[in-house]
Amino acid sequence: MAASLKPIIALVGNPNSGKSSLFNHLTGLNQKVGNFPGVTVEKKSGFSQIDGLGNTEIIDLPGIYSIYPRSLDEQIVAEVLLNHNEPTSPQKIVVVVDATNMKRGLLLLTQIIDLGLPTVLAINMMDLAAKAGISYDFIKLSQKLGVDVIPINARKGEGIEQLKKAIATCDNRKNQTIYQLPQEAKEPILEVRQHLGLDNNYEAYQFLQQPKSLDFLSKENQKWLDEVRKRSGIHSGKFQGAETILRYSYIQDLLQSATLKTADDAWKKSSFKLDRILTHKVWGYLIFFVVLFLVFQSVFAWASYPMDFIDGLFADFGNWLSATLPDGALTKLLAEGIVPGLGGIVMFVPQIAILFAFISILEESGYMARVVFLMDKIMRKFGLNGKSVVPLLSGMACAIPAIMATRTIDNWKERTITILVTPLMSCSARIPIFTILIALIVPDTTAFYFFDLQGLALMGLYLLGFIAALVSAYIMKKIIRVQERSFLMMELPTYRLPKASNVGLTLVEKTKSFVLEAGKIILAISVVLWVLASYGPGDKLEKAEEYVMQETANMRLTEQGLQDRIAAYKLENSYAGVIGKAIEPVIKPLGYDWKIGIALLTSFAAREVFVGTMATIYSIGSVDSDDQQTIKSRMQSEINAETGEPRFTPAVGLSLLVFYTFAMQCMSTIAVVYRETKGWKWPMIQLAYMTTLAYVSAFIVFQIFS
Amino acid sequence: MSQTAKSVASMKPGEMGIIAGFTDDFLATKLMEMGCLPGASVRFNFAAPFGDPVCISVLGYELSLRLDEASTISILN
Repeated sequence: MAASLKPIIALVGNPNSGKSSLFNHLTGLNQKVGNFPGVTVEKKSGFSQIDGLGNTEIIDLPGIYSIYPRSLDEQIVAEVLLNHNEPTSPQKIVVVVDATNMKRGLLLLTQIIDLGLPTVLAINMMDLAAKAGISYDFIKLSQKLGVDVIPINARKGEGIEQLKKAIATCDNRKNQTIYQLPQEAKEPILEVRQHLGLDNNYEAYQFLQQPKSLDFLSKENQKWLDEVRKRSGIHSGKFQGAETILRYSYIQDLLQSATLKTADDAWKKSSFKLDRILTHKVWGYLIFFVVLFLVFQSVFAWASYPMDFIDGLFADFGNWLSATLPDGALTKLLAEGIVPGLGGIVMFVPQIAILFAFISILEESGYMARVVFLMDKIMRKFGLNGKSVVPLLSGMACAIPAIMATRTIDNWKERTITILVTPLMSCSARIPIFTILIALIVPDTTAFYFFDLQGLALMGLYLLGFIAALVSAYIMKKIIRVQERSFLMMELPTYRLPKASNVGLTLVEKTKSFVLEAGKIILAISVVLWVLASYGPGDKLEKAEEYVMQETANMRLTEQGLQDRIAAYKLENSYAGVIGKAIEPVIKPLGYDWKIGIALLTSFAAREVFVGTMATIYSIGSVDSDDQQTIKSRMQSEINAETGEPRFTPAVGLSLLVFYTFAMQCMSTIAVVYRETKGWKWPMIQLAYMTTLAYVSAFIVFQIFS
Repeated sequence: MSQTAKSVASMKPGEMGIIAGFTDDFLATKLMEMGCLPGASVRFNFAAPFGDPVCISVLGYELSLRLDEASTISILN
């Protein structure tokens, strides 16, 4: 391997080994999510200042138990570790193990050592080990394993400096082999090494064992490997059981000589006691629902203040811009297109942040694993998996990270169904739509002195999405016929207090990437929309004033009335108006007019655009005249031309709410489903079924309530 | 069920046992990676409300697995 001046360091370890805490400590706010070249997988990386290496890139890989993958998540790690000849792939590995759970962590370590990469062992959670009364002879461990062994406490940042030093100096000169490869494999391994230019036996052996983790190889090489496998009879999984037993017996001997003090489970007593309550057949579910209820009440109650503030701020800013800047197309684009569009994104940052904070607290504390445990049997009835709970819950913040979180589900069918139904969970992009429509049709009062009525309505919509997700999953379970073994093997980690900085960093990272991703789309659409709404076919727009003056010559309109008429006429004859009118026959049965039609079309790319569109459509022409108006009051004052009643009647509002609960309306989700399912089949099926569901349900709701 | 076929799935909360072997090759490799090794001691902690999945202690940590999977781990006791 070429000696690179700046090695990339990868953190590898079991789930719950505290790997992310260590990553946060090493990199702080200096994190980003990018892509591995060749592998369509995002990589979480950051930079850390290490003496002797300078500013070094650190990669945080998903938690794994073994180099032999069971789930897609684990396959990603295997792929990154095996494809280590790219300039961007890691050259040094830090294996993180939990000091209270050494054996299982060391299994992975011995595999990594055999791969021949320079490795450091970081023994984490030394505080817990001390509390439990466990201690090890680190020098002996290091001598026997041939790698540096550094005890750390990642939560408190203890041992980090020593770890950095070890990272800077570690190399693979010792080149230890722990597992002696089977005799039958020796010859094919040699052949693979020569053919593919590999420098390590165990690595070559993994090339034979893991046909699915080799996407980075050329088609010819993959085919060639298939032939070698067939010829030599070294198929995947053949010696895996024996290998595991040998490795564990090595670990058993190793720890026998290096353990100074062992402990019983006494230190876990309080965790066991908590489990009695939290997994209880009555209390367990009750507590889970109370937790969910509190999350949603607080999301709605806490976030409403910053949201109103942000909404007002952007409205004021838009008005200020149009009042200060010279009149012209560019000013209009800024004040009526870009600023309201941006306001539409920034407005729901508080809600998405609060939701991510709660999810991260539930995961950090170990409670999420119990939720999986509680829900597995129920979820399985619907073709899902206990682990589907995490994507479904995350889906309430944003479907994109949620769909990526399905990688932990090892069964293909359960994973696919989870991906298909996750967008039915009401994500935070729906919140602004829900908030505005609910504010229009549900009175702002409290019921029984405590429950916020609008909050209850919001919760009802979330429930509706959840029920739709379960029912759809059940139907898909019956339709998709694939026989594959489904299993669930998951650690129930000891409970611990979530660490504020970990929660904070997760929240910042997720919110940031969401705002940037969604922001780009929304900004582009706002501009396109503004153009569509401001220009039209022919010269009707230029002659609007003239035409309206003529029409209304004998109506004795005030100046204001005349301006509004002109604005309305302009919008009606713009490109947006023309398109909106063209689709009006299709959406009329749902209770919508062409203005809402424009919003439906633009929000097809991203549903959060709906509010921005509403802002743009209703602000055109009236921004100058009415300073303090916000989106909501503009919508409230909109009149249905046919009936003379307000445009947004309860029936229309309900119909829109139901439509947006079920409709796919998100380009980014389609893109991520395409990426995760490796094809167009599933995203198209998903788009079709969700759109049909949305249309039919909105139709029924409108017909019943109008 | 005969005496030789006692499995983790038929254990009672709090009961201890020694893993004897596996009845399913596919699951065996995965279970062993998770620390369910022949000869290792296993403790049945509790079952989820509907009896499935179950939580066991093995190799010094708590593992949850489905009843179907637990029934492939045969024990001596």
